[in-house]
Amino acid sequence: MKKVETFKVIIYTLLSVISIIIIFPLVPLIFASFKNQDEFRNTSALTPPNDWTNFENFTAAWTQGALVSGFFNTAIILGVSLVATIFIGTMAAYAIDRFSFAGKRWVLWTFLIATLIPGVTTQVATFQIINGLGLYNTRWAAILLFAGTDIISIYIFLQFMASIPKALDESARIDGASHLTIYFRIILPLMRPAIATVVIIKGIAMYNEFYIPFLYMPDPELGTVSTSLYRFIGPFSASWQIICAATLLVILPTLTAFLALQKFIYRGLTAGSVK
Amino acid sequence: MLKEKTKRAFIPWLYLLIPMGLLAMLTYLPLFNMIWYSTTSWDGFDPEKKYVGFQNYVAIAKDPEIFRSLIVSLYYFGGALIQIAIALFLATILSYGFRASNFFKAILVFPFLLNTVAVSLVFLYLFQGGGGLDLAFKFLGLENFITLWLGNPDVTNISLAGVSVWRYMGLNLVLFIGAIQSINPELFEAAELDRANRWHQFRYIILPGIRRISALSLILAISGSISVFEIPYIMLRGANGSSTFVIQTVQTAFVQSRFGLASALAIVLLAIVLLVTYIQRKIFKDDEAELV
Repeated sequence: MKKVETFKVIIYTLLSVISIIIIFPLVPLIFASFKNQDEFRNTSALTPPNDWTNFENFTAAWTQGALVSGFFNTAIILGVSLVATIFIGTMAAYAIDRFSFAGKRWVLWTFLIATLIPGVTTQVATFQIINGLGLYNTRWAAILLFAGTDIISIYIFLQFMASIPKALDESARIDGASHLTIYFRIILPLMRPAIATVVIIKGIAMYNEFYIPFLYMPDPELGTVSTSLYRFIGPFSASWQIICAATLLVILPTLTAFLALQKFIYRGLTAGSVK
Repeated sequence: MLKEKTKRAFIPWLYLLIPMGLLAMLTYLPLFNMIWYSTTSWDGFDPEKKYVGFQNYVAIAKDPEIFRSLIVSLYYFGGALIQIAIALFLATILSYGFRASNFFKAILVFPFLLNTVAVSLVFLYLFQGGGGLDLAFKFLGLENFITLWLGNPDVTNISLAGVSVWRYMGLNLVLFIGAIQSINPELFEAAELDRANRWHQFRYIILPGIRRISALSLILAISGSISVFEIPYIMLRGANGSSTFVIQTVQTAFVQSRFGLASALAIVLLAIVLLVTYIQRKIFKDDEAELV
């Protein structure tokens, strides 16, 4: 009995130490966001702020930087790309899982091979195509790339669709339903859990994406959350407390989503990596 | 009857039109273009692309900067191995079902969900001279080890690899926990009956059960450490010896306007990633059946 107790104590101590190490990097940032200019200069990074209700840095970050338009642009891009991703992914999965046709294996292979190509490597040439389409410096560049190169979602939909009994759409077909009716009335509604998974993991990934908006949308007015936050680095480097507040403002939506959707997020991460 | 059948063979292509069109336009066309560009000396603007054969590839093989960036990847790979080991250890502990397991899991996973730029800024601030990390080292009596975390070229990549471990360990953890939970619980019950200790449970039940996920983690570690880009770019723009292969590719293309050379670099990277994936698939052959 005694041995079990000691074991538990060791484990809990260990877990606590690791948790502290993980949380620690955020502490100075949180402290700094609530400090005024003087306090920030004259106190150490690990001294808690005098006044936890001092929100002046947050106001400054919100009004002086481009965070507002960043959130706005990200919301538009995220919304449109997610809807497009859901339709593209479910359509592809519907065709592949529910029809038998010549060339099906070939179609599957073209998608499979594409998952092996890291997107970051082909940007050199993708850039020319986006530019050629006249989409450089428009929100459509990010939307098209998010929705059009997302093969993981197709796999998640494919896997899930295989678990929906084929008898359902076959009986509908015998009753005279067209393929469109089956897709919209039977398949899409039953796909809701998979759609939720894709919305969550792709939503987080798009919110966090830096490279694509940075490369394709240099216009400051088209800044997303990531690129707007990135642009704080130069102009605000004399007042890091404002950068800290801006960073916290960007972290806040993620924290909220995480607390609300924890279970779905764990499930989504597993589904997204094990293709 | 025949007409109905031809119609039915045609329908799936209607649904595949947009997905495959996008795939062709945004994945395969760039890939083929890139192979073509890599044999030219194109600057990205000139309507004419001059063929230079394998000259770009020869230039890459001779460039010590490129070699250095591959060395930089080793820091991240080392970090990734440590990260996998810690994640496996923690996943095993957490799967024993201690009280507050979920709380610890949440803390460990949260960094993975954070915005990349936010993570970079958190650590830019933490690593500042006299900043949070220096103070923590002083508190622990380790002041002799304090250095310029992002300024000392010998340490920069270790600091950045540390950031990467901090950020990505949660993903490994979730994957390992998922795999352990999918092991048949009867195995653990039988082990309890046989009075197998925790080490034996780990060695003979958990380890074989997570073989596939370990292989996946390893491949993600290798391809991830060669294609590191965002964090060193945002934090240092690749300065102080932190430049990675992808940073070099991006700079070559979009700063120096040498698209031919940059394409060749991207092809080399792609070849490395494909080779690694191929080797992994060869070793873990039984998993392939599930993919197609």
